[in-house]
Amino acid sequence: MLKKIVFASAAFALSASTSFAATNITWWHGMSGHNGDVINEIAKKFNESQSECALTPVSKGTYEEALAAGIAAFRSGEQPNILQVFDAGAATIINAKGAAVPAEDLITQAGHTFDRDAFIDGVRYFYADSDGKFIGMPFNSSAPIMYINDEALKKAGVEAPKTWEEFEAIAPKLKEAGFVPLVQSQLTWEFTENFFSRNNIQFATNNNGYDSVQGTEINVTDPNHVMMYEKLKAWADEGYFGYYGAGWSDNQKVFEENKAALWIGSSGSFGGLQKTAQMPFSATFLPYWNSIDGAGVHSFIGGAALFAMAGKPEAENKCTASFFQFLTSPEIQVFYHKSTGYVPITKAAYEMAKKEGYYEEKPAAEVGILQLSLPGAEWDKGYRLGFYPQIREVMEREYGRIFAGETTVKDAMETIKKEADQLLAKFAKTAS
Amino acid sequence: MKRVQFSHPYLPYLFLLPQMAVIFIFFYWPSAQAIQSSFYLEDPFGFGSTFVGINNYTDILSSSEYMRIAWFTVWFTVLVTFFSLSIGLLLAVKADAILKGASAYKTLLISVYAVAPPVAGLIGVMFFDQHIGPFVKFAALFGWDMRIGINYYDTAIAMITIAVWKQIPYNFIFFLSGLQGIPVSVREASAIDCRSGLRRFWTITLPLLSPTAFFLLIINMTYALFDTFGIVDTTVKDKAANNPITLVYKVYMDGFRGNDLGGSSAQSVILMIVVFVLTIFQFRFLERRVHYN
Repeated sequence: MLKKIVFASAAFALSASTSFAATNITWWHGMSGHNGDVINEIAKKFNESQSECALTPVSKGTYEEALAAGIAAFRSGEQPNILQVFDAGAATIINAKGAAVPAEDLITQAGHTFDRDAFIDGVRYFYADSDGKFIGMPFNSSAPIMYINDEALKKAGVEAPKTWEEFEAIAPKLKEAGFVPLVQSQLTWEFTENFFSRNNIQFATNNNGYDSVQGTEINVTDPNHVMMYEKLKAWADEGYFGYYGAGWSDNQKVFEENKAALWIGSSGSFGGLQKTAQMPFSATFLPYWNSIDGAGVHSFIGGAALFAMAGKPEAENKCTASFFQFLTSPEIQVFYHKSTGYVPITKAAYEMAKKEGYYEEKPAAEVGILQLSLPGAEWDKGYRLGFYPQIREVMEREYGRIFAGETTVKDAMETIKKEADQLLAKFAKTAS
Repeated sequence: MKRVQFSHPYLPYLFLLPQMAVIFIFFYWPSAQAIQSSFYLEDPFGFGSTFVGINNYTDILSSSEYMRIAWFTVWFTVLVTFFSLSIGLLLAVKADAILKGASAYKTLLISVYAVAPPVAGLIGVMFFDQHIGPFVKFAALFGWDMRIGINYYDTAIAMITIAVWKQIPYNFIFFLSGLQGIPVSVREASAIDCRSGLRRFWTITLPLLSPTAFFLLIINMTYALFDTFGIVDTTVKDKAANNPITLVYKVYMDGFRGNDLGGSSAQSVILMIVVFVLTIFQFRFLERRVHYN
């Protein structure tokens, strides 16, 4: 009996000591609902796959809240090992030299190899420095794509447009068939940032902000960009375009309820849309302007990346590195791609999903990655602009005024340029 | 009044200490930090900050957008205070006058106060939702195409309505207890002297209610200025765009979402000064006209 107790307690002590030996790392993110559950599942899979590291994911609310929480924690020395930072916040963390350990360094220092070419072209530059070194690890990556209400197009007897010129031609027919021809969900991302990428126009000076923060200026007053919004406003007045405010879901709802024919959404919306759409739908690329020279290249990558925060012990960094390795493995990428709709970020994962026949079953799931795999050009690699979340807010405000009829497109773009350039200059001062 | 005498000269300070510690840690210390960082431009991660003098202040005060938000905040505060006080008072006077079923009526009015502010905001937003909101459908009957989140003035109306609705029960409770504190003998004497109920209200009841009203005026103004944050946030659904917002929400947007610590600190210092001036004004000029028993 006594022997048994001694044996049991020895076994207990042994098991306790092994679980103590596991290095704990934390991951703060800005996902909730279904996408938050998927993150928990990934962490569970990682913890089950090995015994040295234990990963705890923590939801901090929205993207903005996650970044704010990460910054506050860093200032008080309580930062998590991994912080998810969204596209618009990338400049904030990357320009703060010393806030994050470049993902590439982290992985190679832990003894793994890092192959930039393994990633699909569209995701390679956005979170990298101007030399192409990965600072952030791309995680949930998306592209703005066009969802199509199949019934509406059939009813109107038209084909899905590839260009905005084609859209203009079919819009009256869609309206006649009783649908709002076009809705969108985020003007800043879909009609400004990715207007510049898809049509291959420079978005900001200093190589879209990659080369330097000093004297960077935004190019929203570009005549083509002004033209895009003048068209949108004219379409809205004609009843060809419906604007339901700056909120994402207020606009998506119109499409889900079978009231709109075309919706510009995110490739990451696919998972949710399958459950909520009341009609059969398909998807295609975000349209571009045929009249613009060199248009039709791939879009910027949207979504967010994971950053390894600086100031953590070696052992924890090693665990972070092995988690990044785990995350980019084809199996996990395919799992994440299928359960959320975000695109696979490596070529191997994309091949694997293809081989499994996933895209024959669900062709709409492939549109995002196909769009990101389109040929690249000079101005579609990404942008790196400081205080960009605030600049987006200025855009949202002025775009809202355009559609409320309170301002003209030209005045709105000039106001945005003025305020954005001031913010960029202010950011340059903080970074110096 | 009897003066309390302490035998030991330091004892009162000891009793004051916990309160002072709380005020110091949660008010003076952050305020001092805000004042300090309002003169700096700071890298969000805290790697370095540059002294910029009063640049943050001049940037804010010369921004037409900030002025627009400031004016909206003034109107918002005035309207919310006025409507929630007057409706609260009206309901309290009527409730005070009922004899039958008084407690049921009072409970119904007060129970709204138990609803938490963010929940109240969400309920209000549902009523005004552009797709399913009953208020929007009701407005459409009169040919009013109410577009919350798109039209500036429609959103402002929704925001004010929700903020007033949330605050009425609070005012109701205080006014009702104030009314019940007026001695019956005074009421009866006034009823003998004057037949007009309205005149009795203006000349007798309201002056006797003035301590309550003054207290509520201050509380309601600070409510409209600061506590409506959750209502503003739920109404604009996290995306302010061209919708009206209050100064406090602007501090949050620039500081927490935009990571501009210097600019948002300067904004909060400006707010602090506004509240300081407002409080001095209220106590110096308004309180003189208040009759305490």
